[in-house]
Amino acid sequence: MGKRKKDTAEPADKALKDFELALERTSTGKYLLRLYVAGTTPNSRRAIENVRKICEEHLKGRYELEIVDIYQQPIFAREGQIVAAPTLVKELPPPLRKFIGDMSQTERILLGLDVRRKK
Amino acid sequence: MGVTGRAKRGKTEGPILKKCSTGIKGLDEITGGGLPQGRPTLVCGGTGCGKTLLAMEFLLRGALNYGEPGVFMSFEEKPDELVQNYASLGFDLEGLVAQHRLVLEYVYIERSEIEETGEYDLEALFIRLGHAIDSIGAKRVVLDTVEALFSGFSNESILRAELRRLFRFLKSKGVTAIITGEQGERTLTRYGLEEYVADCVIFLNHTVSDQIATRHLRIIKYRGSSHGTNEYPFLIDQQGFSVMPITSLGLDHPAFTERISTGIPRLDTMLGGEGYFRGSSILVSGTAGTGKSSMAAHFVDGACSRGERCLYFAFEESQNQIIRNMRSIGIDLEQWVKKGLLRFHNTRPSLYGLEMHLVALHKEVERFDPAVVVVDPISNLVTAAAPKEVKAMLSRLIDYLKLKRITAFCTDLTSAGGGILEQTEVGVSSLMDAWLLLQNIEGSGERNRGLYILKARGIAHSNQIREFFLTDRGIALRDVYVGPGGVLTGTARIAQEARDAAASTLHRQEIERKQRELERKKKTVDAQIIALKTEYELEREELQQAVAQERLRDDVVMKESMEMARARQADAVPTTAGGKQGRGGRKR
Repeated sequence: MGKRKKDTAEPADKALKDFELALERTSTGKYLLRLYVAGTTPNSRRAIENVRKICEEHLKGRYELEIVDIYQQPIFAREGQIVAAPTLVKELPPPLRKFIGDMSQTERILLGLDVRRKK
Repeated sequence: MGVTGRAKRGKTEGPILKKCSTGIKGLDEITGGGLPQGRPTLVCGGTGCGKTLLAMEFLLRGALNYGEPGVFMSFEEKPDELVQNYASLGFDLEGLVAQHRLVLEYVYIERSEIEETGEYDLEALFIRLGHAIDSIGAKRVVLDTVEALFSGFSNESILRAELRRLFRFLKSKGVTAIITGEQGERTLTRYGLEEYVADCVIFLNHTVSDQIATRHLRIIKYRGSSHGTNEYPFLIDQQGFSVMPITSLGLDHPAFTERISTGIPRLDTMLGGEGYFRGSSILVSGTAGTGKSSMAAHFVDGACSRGERCLYFAFEESQNQIIRNMRSIGIDLEQWVKKGLLRFHNTRPSLYGLEMHLVALHKEVERFDPAVVVVDPISNLVTAAAPKEVKAMLSRLIDYLKLKRITAFCTDLTSAGGGILEQTEVGVSSLMDAWLLLQNIEGSGERNRGLYILKARGIAHSNQIREFFLTDRGIALRDVYVGPGGVLTGTARIAQEARDAAASTLHRQEIERKQRELERKKKTVDAQIIALKTEYELEREELQQAVAQERLRDDVVMKESMEMARARQADAVPTTAGGKQGRGGRKR
């Protein structure tokens, strides 16, 4: 499960696009979230459910969620400096934050995502 | 002692633990072959004691010497920092990474970025590690240091469970791993990693005593294997990590019958005509200025002339100083340095601890591979440590050199005026095969050098004292004067010799005189004989003449009487006898 829903453009192009996207999203207050999970463990499933729920409830329409299975793509774990699983990374807006666990503590996540303040 | 011996015995008893050679000098010897293969080893110690270096060298040696790729998972240093740090030790990490012999996996953990929200595990770390191992088929893994996890995550119960799983994971991967850990207050590691790594624990420390810092390594635990239990000194230098397991050496070094010259012909003669045994250890002791270094220089010169390589450890003088000084006695050491046959290693004894000196000596010997090693002087090392330790160190050094078939030439400065000359400062004489004593012999207002051979194991050596000269053509040995006046040297000897010469001249003259007298007497007698003979001759002649005259007269008388008779026409001719009887009266 969990595919990276990204295009397969050239790295340089990709970086540029990412940057442009990032700019656009920052200005629009869009969230880019990546959830790294390790296969279909109970923790993974709970984390995916919980994150989806939080996003739908609090960030509807202004978020993009990628789910990465590090079993299938271990290289992303290295690139993202992921140590624990599951890990949710808030890539945008800055600052970068990492949440680890099954994402069951909604309040903490909302605080960490700065969702509360934004409201 | 006997580490390897015990390990060997273990081999006969059944399947034993396979060991993974670290390639680190000395460590394999202490551990009897290396770290437990396929198992994790904990290396712990205080800050700056060399944990990371040991771990990294284990990987690099594996990759370079044993064809075993390795993964270095760093929790502290970034790859580019590691590359820089090890470039100074001559390792090209980037090159190894490019050749797929090494992976530098940097794990970044920043507590402030992490929010814990429920249950988690460290599966991502495992996946990364597993991926890194699989990507190059790694056989060796280093985790430096997993303790960083404790500062990154607050849920210790999860962490501990995950660590246990991590070590199981490493074992299941079949990799030989080193996990480093910082020393704790009362425990080996701050977070008790030793609980998880049960197979092998190595402890490093860094102690300072008498302002001299020494690094030590100790194997606290090695399950399923015997190991050296002592604290072993180790050295970190330009060549990396080296441990000295010298105490594991036994007394089983080979003995050689080949002899090598001392460089001084007369001394060779004293030593049964051939000099020292190759591979033996020679001690020259003496008070200051007795010519110990000069003897060493002769020995070195002799060895280099034979094309042998010499390593000269000088603890007192610089290379240039030695070369200059030896030139004054006609020995040109510089030519051998230029030819690469002679190498000086000059250090101050107080530069570092004794063990470190030993390590340095070993390294130099390993690198230069000499046939002859000179330590000048060993007694100076006392300044670096207590005499007992010096003796222990020297016995190890000598053992080591014997094992390597290197002839060791040590000089020892004995304190002047002590009176007990036949005692070395550090009490190492019992370790030595040959012991020469240079002694100042005082007398008649001067000091002279005397040389004795106190012992020379296995060599029929001279028991004579020789006078020892430093000339501009090197060392010369002379017999001392041994006579009724005792042992004399120097000008006293020369004076005595002169006196002896005078006495013998006198004696010779006396004999000559007596001979001449005899000659004279003989001549006198001869002259007398001649004189007597002449007298006799004269007398005889006279008498004979008288007799002849008488006869003549007789004849004349006879003739006259016959004439007379004829004239008187006597009928009877007078007989001669009658004529004679009447001759006297008739003649006159």
